[in-house]
Amino acid sequence: MNRNPQLNADGNLRHLLTIDGLPRALLTHIFDTADGFIAVNEQEVRKVPLLRGKAIFNLFFEPSTRTRTTFEIAAKRLSADVINLNISASSQSKGETLLDTVDNLAAMQADMFIVRHAQSGAAHMIARHVAPHIHVVNAGDGRHAHPTQGLLDMFTIRKYKGEFHNLCVAIVGDVLHSRVARSQIHALTTLGVPEVRVIAPKTLLPTAVEQMGVRVFHDMESGLRNADVVIILRLQNERMRGAHLPSAQEYFKYYGLTAEKLAYARPDAIVMHPGPMNRGVEIDSSVADGSQSVILPQVTYGIAVRMAVMSMLAGN
Amino acid sequence: MNIHIKNGRVIDPKSGLDQVADVYIAAGKILAIGAASESYQSDRVIDASECIVCPGLVDLAARLREPGFEYKATLESEMNAACAGGVTSLACPPDTDPPLDEPGLVEMLKFRAQNLNQARVYPIGALTQKLEGQRLTEMAELRDAGCVGFSQADAPITDTQVLARALEYAATFGFTVWLRPQDAYLARDGVAHDGFVATRLGLPAIPSTAETIAVATILLLVRETGARVHLCRLSSAQSIEMIRAAKADGLDITCDVSINHLHLTEMDIGYFDPNYHLMPPLRSIRDRDLIRAALASGTIDALCSDHTPVDDDVKQMPFGEAEPGATGLELLLPLTLKWAGEARIGLVDALARITLYPAEILGLDAGYLAAGHAADICIFDQKADWRVVAAALKSQGKNTPFLGYEMQGRVIYTLVEGQIVFEGTCDRPGIEAD
Repeated sequence: MNRNPQLNADGNLRHLLTIDGLPRALLTHIFDTADGFIAVNEQEVRKVPLLRGKAIFNLFFEPSTRTRTTFEIAAKRLSADVINLNISASSQSKGETLLDTVDNLAAMQADMFIVRHAQSGAAHMIARHVAPHIHVVNAGDGRHAHPTQGLLDMFTIRKYKGEFHNLCVAIVGDVLHSRVARSQIHALTTLGVPEVRVIAPKTLLPTAVEQMGVRVFHDMESGLRNADVVIILRLQNERMRGAHLPSAQEYFKYYGLTAEKLAYARPDAIVMHPGPMNRGVEIDSSVADGSQSVILPQVTYGIAVRMAVMSMLAGN
Repeated sequence: MNIHIKNGRVIDPKSGLDQVADVYIAAGKILAIGAASESYQSDRVIDASECIVCPGLVDLAARLREPGFEYKATLESEMNAACAGGVTSLACPPDTDPPLDEPGLVEMLKFRAQNLNQARVYPIGALTQKLEGQRLTEMAELRDAGCVGFSQADAPITDTQVLARALEYAATFGFTVWLRPQDAYLARDGVAHDGFVATRLGLPAIPSTAETIAVATILLLVRETGARVHLCRLSSAQSIEMIRAAKADGLDITCDVSINHLHLTEMDIGYFDPNYHLMPPLRSIRDRDLIRAALASGTIDALCSDHTPVDDDVKQMPFGEAEPGATGLELLLPLTLKWAGEARIGLVDALARITLYPAEILGLDAGYLAAGHAADICIFDQKADWRVVAAALKSQGKNTPFLGYEMQGRVIYTLVEGQIVFEGTCDRPGIEAD
């Protein structure tokens, strides 16, 4: 049980559950593969036959638009058959257990599950349970991990900054509840980024977060100084009810990314956001739509990165 | 039946006896240790050569799941597990369905248990009605029905005034109140210790302050009310330090830890293994190490199994949704021996923590061996190796963080009141003998 469950005996990717513990060479290989698919996405016929005949189930126990759609597009461009299941509305409400649902879908000759679930560790559990020929991609589990998002963010950084070894990356916002932040932090430290920072009030940072290899800041001015990359996290409205924050207004005043605060970062800094954005809460529209924003390219690159992951898992 | 236990290494924590001797049993009692009168005729001789003969184990926390949770476990299955684990007396918490908050329920449970003629069952009654933390139960009536103490099990009392009055009322009659200290608000939604592991795995966390704040409240109320309180299943180093200081100050208070928290830490969760979802959560290595030291020094009085059989349907879930709890009755003895071996604690002292001391906490005349005393006896082979696999467990709950572990120490015979209630052999089904 304590063996890394996402690698097979040869060190190749069997599932993609978290970036934690993946070697740097594997991440670089994913990016190189994704680079190849960029060209496919710019062709007239945007399709390659790598996964022809494979059945990929989008198993979403939590609502999602962007992630589910980009996985679907990525799978279709690889010529796979894609089946979308919105489970929150079907069997779980009829009392079927998670593993029963998985068994039933596996019996429909699934080759890959793309899983999103509200509980941390759900994808690990499914990966432990399925037959050896079935691959699991974690599309977000609780607060734990969202590895393809972390990968596409790194791919975007590589596109704009070239190298990782000389960067300062600042992650701003609700790290405590964010699976995206955890995956980004693991990816950044694995890729050798020398300075990874988190900026947030203490109520939005998990205990001992510095042990993940980040420097902790509580104010934007010192935290953003000399940053090459500024990643803004989504802030959910529940945080006001849970006594994490007094109000969205106060949050925006102290931690929302405005043009004034962005000026603390390096002039060529890029601004990223995993979406969906709350304009005027964690990011000002002028920054989100401004020249330093790479938020829409992130989405586009997400397709190539997901194609790379799926083809590496189930291809050839 | 007259039973002659021959050639065993007899260990009695009360007298400090530790020597090879014969034990003679007649009419449910120990007739003599050493030599019997010449007129003694045995009906059966048990050869205990190379084995240890000690008092039957006394477990402070074993959920039998009746009434209400028979799909998780039954009295029959769990009493079998107790006997296979050498446990001859056990206290069961009141978190059944319905909870043990009415005399009739307690009488029924005792009646059912007595008819099985196995381990002795001592119910802990509910401290508040339905365990809701609002209205007191009829404690005196429940005592008359057989309750030996009162507890909330894992249900919180959020209203401190109710807690204070419950302690005052219990103190009126001299009843012991068993509390697992946990602040319900600080523990809300949490499933793992608030430390680096929960941070890395993204698991909602329970800080140590959830326990220490509750301990502080309870200690102050004990001083105020004079109530007799037993603190159950501690997990944090700091709360143990608070209890050490309170005991040094003369406060009459006792506490226990579970076998899980004696051996495991948050690191053992690994890749979200739901068998490690326990309540309270497994904490840091520092906490675990202090628990081990405090059990040796006596700050922690007793070790319990915290036996909680859980069915697969609710265990095989993502970590946070999986029901907390682990089976433990059959692991109490080997895990005590494991600790004793690693911490270099002598067998007499180690066994006291699962026999004599828990009996004292329960107010029972049990947990020791003496002529004229009831023959509740455990005979075990200290050297026998076995591996924890589902099939090796008699409990209906197969969930335990120790699955796959190699254990040393296996019960060969268990006697309650001079009757053999468990007889193990090397061919015991399911046991993988070495």
